[in-house]
Amino acid sequence: MASVTSKLYSDDVSLLVLLLDTNPFYWSTTSIKFSQFLSHVLAFLNAVLGLNQLNQVVVIATGYSSCDYIYDSSLTPNGHFESSGTGMPAIFSSLLKKLDEFSAKDEELCKEEDNEKRVASSLLSGSLSMALCYIQRVFRSGHLHPQPRILCLQGSPDGPEQYVAVMNSIFSAQRLMVPIDSCYIGTQNSAFLQQASYITGGVHHSPKQLDGLFQYLTTIFATDLYTRGFVQLPKPVGVDFRASCFCHKKTIDMGYICSVCLSIFCEHHKKCSTCGSVFGQSKLDEASSVANKKRKAPDS
Amino acid sequence: MSNRSKRLNEEAEEDEEEAEGIGDWERTYVDDRSWEALQEDESGLLRPIDNSAIYHAQYRRRLRMLSAAAAGTRIQKGLIRYLYIVIDFSRAAAEMDFRPSRLAIMAKHVEAFIREFFDQNPLSQIGLVSIKDGVAHTLTDLGGSPESHIQALMGKLEASGDSSLQNGLELVHEYLSQIPSYGHREVLILYSALSTCDPGNIMETIQRCKESKLRCSVIGLSAEMFICKYLCQETGGLYSVALDEVHLKDLLLEHAPPPPAIAEFAVANLIKMGFPQSAAENSRAICSCHNEAKIGGYTCPRCKARICDLPTECTICGLTLVSSPHLARSYHHLFPIAPFDEVPLSSLNNLMPKSCFGCQQSLRGAGNKGGSCVTCSKCKHYFCLDCDIYIHESLHNCPGCESIHRPKSVSMMEE
Repeated sequence: MASVTSKLYSDDVSLLVLLLDTNPFYWSTTSIKFSQFLSHVLAFLNAVLGLNQLNQVVVIATGYSSCDYIYDSSLTPNGHFESSGTGMPAIFSSLLKKLDEFSAKDEELCKEEDNEKRVASSLLSGSLSMALCYIQRVFRSGHLHPQPRILCLQGSPDGPEQYVAVMNSIFSAQRLMVPIDSCYIGTQNSAFLQQASYITGGVHHSPKQLDGLFQYLTTIFATDLYTRGFVQLPKPVGVDFRASCFCHKKTIDMGYICSVCLSIFCEHHKKCSTCGSVFGQSKLDEASSVANKKRKAPDS
Repeated sequence: MSNRSKRLNEEAEEDEEEAEGIGDWERTYVDDRSWEALQEDESGLLRPIDNSAIYHAQYRRRLRMLSAAAAGTRIQKGLIRYLYIVIDFSRAAAEMDFRPSRLAIMAKHVEAFIREFFDQNPLSQIGLVSIKDGVAHTLTDLGGSPESHIQALMGKLEASGDSSLQNGLELVHEYLSQIPSYGHREVLILYSALSTCDPGNIMETIQRCKESKLRCSVIGLSAEMFICKYLCQETGGLYSVALDEVHLKDLLLEHAPPPPAIAEFAVANLIKMGFPQSAAENSRAICSCHNEAKIGGYTCPRCKARICDLPTECTICGLTLVSSPHLARSYHHLFPIAPFDEVPLSSLNNLMPKSCFGCQQSLRGAGNKGGSCVTCSKCKHYFCLDCDIYIHESLHNCPGCESIHRPKSVSMMEE
């Protein structure tokens, strides 16, 4: 028996953690309805589960004010594909039920907040962190585990306040060698998702035609990690890794970095506005380091 | 420890004889001490010791110590470090008390350390120095590429002659006195000899190191030595002696996270850095680092020279070149997450959620080995012990806190 399972695992078994953007502020502005979008996604999930009997799918909802697990295919017994009268496979009726509960809760949490200035970003950092915790558990479970990957289905714009947390998650995913694929359906470009996919070696794509979302999903994001070696997937776009300064939010080529807290400034300051350290003379230092360089050069 | 130092005092020949006395097959078991990992349960059956609970307790202690140290002051870390690793390749490094030899073990763990170091300190630089035949040799100059250091180290694995602490320090001191004042100068010495064979007065050298604010740390492989302890005390470093291979690895990796910044050790300063853009896909140019024609790479924003990899220093104009993710990689040192509170077994009640917020593992019953769980004091979500370790050691985000919408302005911004 053991040999049979190990043989099955030698095929390309994948664990797909799907981060589903359910931000109501985003979905109220789009041309495509959330229900239409969902039907594309459900068909895609079905396809992934059908590709290999050991494939596993986990769905995490990324809301506006909370994140939660809404579906885990390992919890539902396999082979329960009979319809429950609604024309929907039984496994997905549980997903829809959970999703309903989740969005109701999310809405409630939303109302508690005051209505002033709303940034319509969803909590990508939270759902990424949860996905990584789940994947870490899969890694702990033993030698035979499916190959995990994360797929972000995101439409909301980036939330700048999540920058540090999102970057932390990206680096952790890089260490675990878990690729983060991203499918961005919003109007602007998402710098977070571009960086996430670039750094972790995942695929980033933003489809132009949302009517054909299912086709994009199956042709690009359903390919398992082994197959990716032979398939021509969208090439990584040139990611702009230039930083923007903390003082004017300008994108800069060259700038000054505080040696204590690594804040970025576009011009020379006397005092760091982030950590409060007072800076010594910089001109002198730079001159001396250049002098050192010159002295060192003939040696090497 | 005592066993090892005793063995060292004996004649080397005797040692050999003793080693010949037991067969190879026997020795693997003697060294392994596999019986120590077993314990008897109530019914008299032998079972492997469940280490996870102990491991977790150790980890919690370490975490508490770190946060206690950081609690008093505003967190400032020496994020820009210039570290020289001095490795003792004297006769003593050929000792076989570490399997297969001290030399091989040192090389193996230094390699792991170098990778971990650059992962945690992307803006820092390392240099390698070896001590052999009473003389200190430079293996590599300060640099930011892990591969070149590892290659240089692996090519020079031979042990001979005496070891000289003073010569090593003098050489490193000379190099480190050239670096800019905002950098943290550090020396990490892996010392396996029990003596030092010096040309002059080592006390003077130690004082000089102290004056130039070199933070010297020593990891001993045999027994504690006064001179090493004194050196570390004077310069504010850490002195430790490795008991076995696992301990050596832990001691080494303790030096990977940045040390707290001490105001007098390094002057806060603004450093001029460049953020190069990657060159166009199909443009071919000769890179200034290897002098080879290559496709792709980056262009220095100041002198427009082509370089292959980031982070680095431009070989033409000397500008430090980084990309924004390199800076972001260091931010978690500045915004650490508070340790989670332990929830004792007694207070496990029905109000608590059934599963870990992070990984959905059940917090009750078989799945949870430790039997207890932890909770974040900010978001009040519950986590299993495995997630606790993962969150604090690798992720540096609390999934619970990240899943609550925060009013803007709390955290630092960048795009």
